[in-house]
Amino acid sequence: MNWITNYVRPRLNSMLGRRETPENLWIKCPETGEMVFHADVEENQWVIPVSGHHMKIAARQRLTHFYDGGAFQEIANPEVAQDPLRFRDQKKYSDRLRENRLKTGLEDSIINATGKLEGMEIVTTVHDFTFMGGSLGMAAGEAIIRGFETAIEKKCPMVLFAASGGARMQEGILSLMQLPRTTVAVEMLKEAGLPYIVVLTNPTTGGVSASYAMLGDIHIAEPGAVIGFAGARVIEQTIREKLPEGFQRSEYLLDHGMVDMVVPRTELRATIARLLRILTKQDVPATETVGQAAVMDETGSVDTVPVADPEDAAVTTGAVETEILEPAEATPQKPSPSF
Amino acid sequence: MYSYLEFEKPIADLEGQILELKKLAESGEGAVDVAEEIARLEKRSHEALVEAYRKLTPWQKAMVARHPDRPHCIDYVDALFTEFTPLAGDRNFAEDHAVMAGFARYHGQPVAVIGQEKGNDTKSRLKHNFGMARPEGYRKAVRIMELADRFGLPVITLVDTAGAYPGIGAEERGQAEAIARSTEKCLNLRVPLVSVIIGEGGSGGAIAIATANTVLMLEHAIYSVISPEAGASILWRDAARAKDVATAMKITAQDLLELKIIDAIISEPLGGAHRDVSAVMAETDRHLTKAMAALDGRDGDTLRRQRREKFLAIGRNL
Repeated sequence: MNWITNYVRPRLNSMLGRRETPENLWIKCPETGEMVFHADVEENQWVIPVSGHHMKIAARQRLTHFYDGGAFQEIANPEVAQDPLRFRDQKKYSDRLRENRLKTGLEDSIINATGKLEGMEIVTTVHDFTFMGGSLGMAAGEAIIRGFETAIEKKCPMVLFAASGGARMQEGILSLMQLPRTTVAVEMLKEAGLPYIVVLTNPTTGGVSASYAMLGDIHIAEPGAVIGFAGARVIEQTIREKLPEGFQRSEYLLDHGMVDMVVPRTELRATIARLLRILTKQDVPATETVGQAAVMDETGSVDTVPVADPEDAAVTTGAVETEILEPAEATPQKPSPSF
Repeated sequence: MYSYLEFEKPIADLEGQILELKKLAESGEGAVDVAEEIARLEKRSHEALVEAYRKLTPWQKAMVARHPDRPHCIDYVDALFTEFTPLAGDRNFAEDHAVMAGFARYHGQPVAVIGQEKGNDTKSRLKHNFGMARPEGYRKAVRIMELADRFGLPVITLVDTAGAYPGIGAEERGQAEAIARSTEKCLNLRVPLVSVIIGEGGSGGAIAIATANTVLMLEHAIYSVISPEAGASILWRDAARAKDVATAMKITAQDLLELKIIDAIISEPLGGAHRDVSAVMAETDRHLTKAMAALDGRDGDTLRRQRREKFLAIGRNL
């Protein structure tokens, strides 16, 4: 069996140029123990269909699900000094980096991308947890700064998906310095008047939660994610008490006022699009906009359309979505004031 | 009598002998011989101290930085400032005694002071939670920084913490967010901000008040992303490797100056700050005066821009 799985199958696959079939066709739900078909889970963005348990998802897969039609462009990450401290623990840090690059096909733990979300241009910064626990070092710090700079250049909203154990110890004090450095980037975005949405996924802890991941205009958490500053084990050892049920989970943070909402991964796209349209004072979704555009053409410029009160109009366009689906010619519910 | 650190054992032995001989001399027996012997031992103990402190390992520095007799925030506030008026509370939940904050005068100039206080005996250590702040401490710091910004007062921070407190309540009330907001506030100030790492600069708990225009650091202080012990237990699954991790992580003032993370080192008296507190205060005063003078007269936008550029530049030329 071993000989077949370890040797024969990979050889066969490489000979046939075929994508290797997942090693486990079945996935066991960590919550319920239920066996689920691998392909179903993958198709459902790594959320177990029945239990709703959120598994980890690779950065690029997340982006594919997030952007319209799965289309996005990656932004090249800045070059940084490699292993400036020449760090070694049980392994050399430089070896660790090489292994992780081979394993993940990533340069480091951050990917930046641009693309369209329901037609709006959005810059995203995504942690990939599989690369050294999504940890924050110089490469990740510079990449995050680049992500924010790109959003500022393109004058578009920023969405950050956090998944990280925190600062990367192998870069010592230089990783700690990424807390203020990334915070500078957040401030620049805020000063440019652009929205910043953070999606906190499992896990978001340590130096990452103590900087850019907790400075969003809006905090969205995926269900069941561990979010906090100190690790549960450290807290238990310090206070010598048992931790409360659900401690440091998304729902617990929601109860304690630390996040705005808990949203399943499969609903993130729609939620974020809705929020960003409001924050950037955009019209209602694309389907409606098409209808309205037609109305606009018929009735002339926006200025000539009799709009009672621009504020009412804004409320209507924002809140009542389905009603306006039909292009109502006579009383055009007019687009909100241009922005 | 000082508390002696493990590596100071030879010095402890010699100083113990000196003390005994001095007692003997006081009792009046064989005074002549004793004086000579004392002089000889004092010379030896001085030499031993010079030898031990000539090249402290990073782990030994960590021990010195945490020395129970080391001057703390409260000592610096007493020695360097006048009219210190502490302010309390974050206006939301509680007063956190791990963070001292208030207004004062520095050589007559009105300033705001924020620092972490560890306490120096069981009772005060408990009161100050060993210098480990809860979210309220950071939110109080933000509040004081806001006031300083509004009234144009320079801010001086004294950093000495093993880290932010890891507790249930602290997490529930948003420890991570509180730290992030405090760092953010540091970066947005339009007044001078000078930080002095006086003992331990413990991770996020330190950076929250140390994101400054000028960062000074005591000669034997440490500044680190994680404590050497915790680092060892994560990286090696063995806390006993703390010595190695202390070396590998670059936590000393000398390393940090080389990496351009701090701006200057404040030298300590032989044997550490606790052996001559007035000397370390004078030296801190000298550096602080210089740092404040260098920032004096700059407008708010410049101060803020320079602070941000300074941090963005870190690590870019390694």
